Amino acid sequence: MRKEQDLIKLKKKAIALRKDILKMLYLAGSGHPGGSLSLVEIMTCLFYYEINYKAKEPKWEKRDKVILSKGHGCPALYAILSDRGYFKREELWTLRQLGSKLQGHPSIDCPGVEISSGSLGQGLSISNGMALANKMDKNEARVYCIIGDGEMNEGQIWEGAMTASHYSLENVCLIVDHNKLQIDGPCCDIKDMEILSEKLQSFGFEVIQADGHDFSSLIEAFNKARTIKNKPQAIIANTIKGAGISFMENKVEWHGVAPNKEQYEKGIEELEAAFKILKEKNEKV
Amino acid sequence: MTQKKMISTRDGFGKGLVELGRKNKNIVVLSADLTDSTRAGWFQKEFPERLFNLGVAEQDMIGTAAGFALSGKIPFACSFGVFASGRAWDQIRVSAAYMNLNVKIAGTHGGISVGPDGATHQAIEEIALMRILPNMKVIVPCDAIEAQKATIKAAETQGPVYLRLGRSGSPVITTEKEEFVIGKANVLKKGKDVAIFACGHMVYESLLAWEELQKQGISATVINLHTIKPLDSAAIIRAAKETGAIVSVEEHTLAGGVGSAIAEVMIQKHPVIMKMVGVKDRFGESGDPEALYKFFGLTAKDIVKAAKQAVKEKIKR
Ligand SMILES: Cc1ncc(C[n+]2csc(CCOP(=O)(O)OP(=O)(O)O)c2C)c(N)n1
Repeated sequence: MRKEQDLIKLKKKAIALRKDILKMLYLAGSGHPGGSLSLVEIMTCLFYYEINYKAKEPKWEKRDKVILSKGHGCPALYAILSDRGYFKREELWTLRQLGSKLQGHPSIDCPGVEISSGSLGQGLSISNGMALANKMDKNEARVYCIIGDGEMNEGQIWEGAMTASHYSLENVCLIVDHNKLQIDGPCCDIKDMEILSEKLQSFGFEVIQADGHDFSSLIEAFNKARTIKNKPQAIIANTIKGAGISFMENKVEWHGVAPNKEQYEKGIEELEAAFKILKEKNEKV
Repeated sequence: MTQKKMISTRDGFGKGLVELGRKNKNIVVLSADLTDSTRAGWFQKEFPERLFNLGVAEQDMIGTAAGFALSGKIPFACSFGVFASGRAWDQIRVSAAYMNLNVKIAGTHGGISVGPDGATHQAIEEIALMRILPNMKVIVPCDAIEAQKATIKAAETQGPVYLRLGRSGSPVITTEKEEFVIGKANVLKKGKDVAIFACGHMVYESLLAWEELQKQGISATVINLHTIKPLDSAAIIRAAKETGAIVSVEEHTLAGGVGSAIAEVMIQKHPVIMKMVGVKDRFGESGDPEALYKFFGLTAKDIVKAAKQAVKEKIKR
């Protein structure tokens, strides 16, 4: 039963993070809810299950690195970093303000942020450089690079994919936040990537499908990825843009606007209701 | 001037890289399918395990270099200047300069003296493209010996550096023992009528111009402005005060380049008459380097003309 309880714990954490994300965006008055909310389980799973790190020693040499290439999803990164103790929770409420560590798009001046990003397409190449350096140094740490599916329109992603494969970077794990929406509409209407798994496979990746909002599925995917030798892995995390807030889910309009007061309160209400259900479930097991 | 040895600045860079490789195991070299032309190949010969070819993918090369830099390595990313700068400009901006990373970019084949390959391969905008980026340092060595020194110094200095190097052989005018400090211009000749600032191969042309000007009774200062950023403002202000007339010379478009950088300082601190020698808002052309220098007005003769004009206008004032 232990395992079931662990999963419930993670789910509760995800709800708490969603509440933080919503509050950050509401207070900031701008930002990207859709692509932040779709990342929540991925981030939670990475920082509560998958990676080795020391929050009090952010530059620890043996750490695994999480590279958020889709920088606009940073509220999800900030929420988990503060939750794990990289910086004080109060700082979350300074998002996007002058002088804040929490820039509108991530900057390495914020503890725990590994790269500055926001111009899409650049994270995989950087991850490869880190992975090559790790190999040179006989450092076993892994690099997890999170990209968006719309971001995959960028040619540099595919340049990086060829590099990861050419250099057999088994220490690179690409995670695609496959929420099927970008800014101007559904990915398949803007620039159809057809069968993403086959594309990535043909670029030399071991492709692993996962439900990006299901912890068991994500854990299984990470476990499998770690066993792959001599090639990079791509976890296609099937997600929902705006996940967890009913009126934001699968709505392209929620890519880049912050909730107003009413929407914020409604969102929090929904999350609290979901939390209550989980709590009751937890008491039963 | 006596006959000088002709060596390209990319050769000086190649030698510098090998020297660095021997001294520091954290030096890595990245190339984008131009390993021999950029002289990264000399490094590869001795340190094959530290040469990473990214294929024809300059954006990926800069990103990969950033990843290396974030892991404590000192990467040199090498390509032709046009591709190393413009093709990957946003990557340089965000993945290297914004994070102030130790990414060193070597853009060989700078300027029109690339020659027969023509406009697509002649980088005449990259000094402007690079110097407008915060944190970036921009160095244009005047000869092979200075290029070798600049390569070593680039590795030693913290943060991103762009090295502009040439393809064609260029007269060697400096010596091993001359001092090279990033951001400190070298005064080669001291005069009182006009000050000529130049970088790269144009330093040699300026020295030739100095001889001619002397014959015509004009005493010129010649300054090797090897670092465009950080700019030696003190040297510019001093020269402006001492001579009251400045000539800038660059194998680069006039918009945003070396002359612009000098003017930005001079106009605010000590305005004097100024003439700019460079490429005038146009693309390059095929041809051999000598013919191109003449065609684009980048010879000693053109510098003499500009200097005389500057002196004339100064007196009229
Ligand atoms: C190079 C670049 N071009 C354009 C943008 C503007 N932009 C921000 S997010 C985005 C869409 C990204 O879609 P996707 O990767 O699917 O992100 P998600 O849907 O997960 O938010 C665009 C075009 C950008 N940040 N960078």
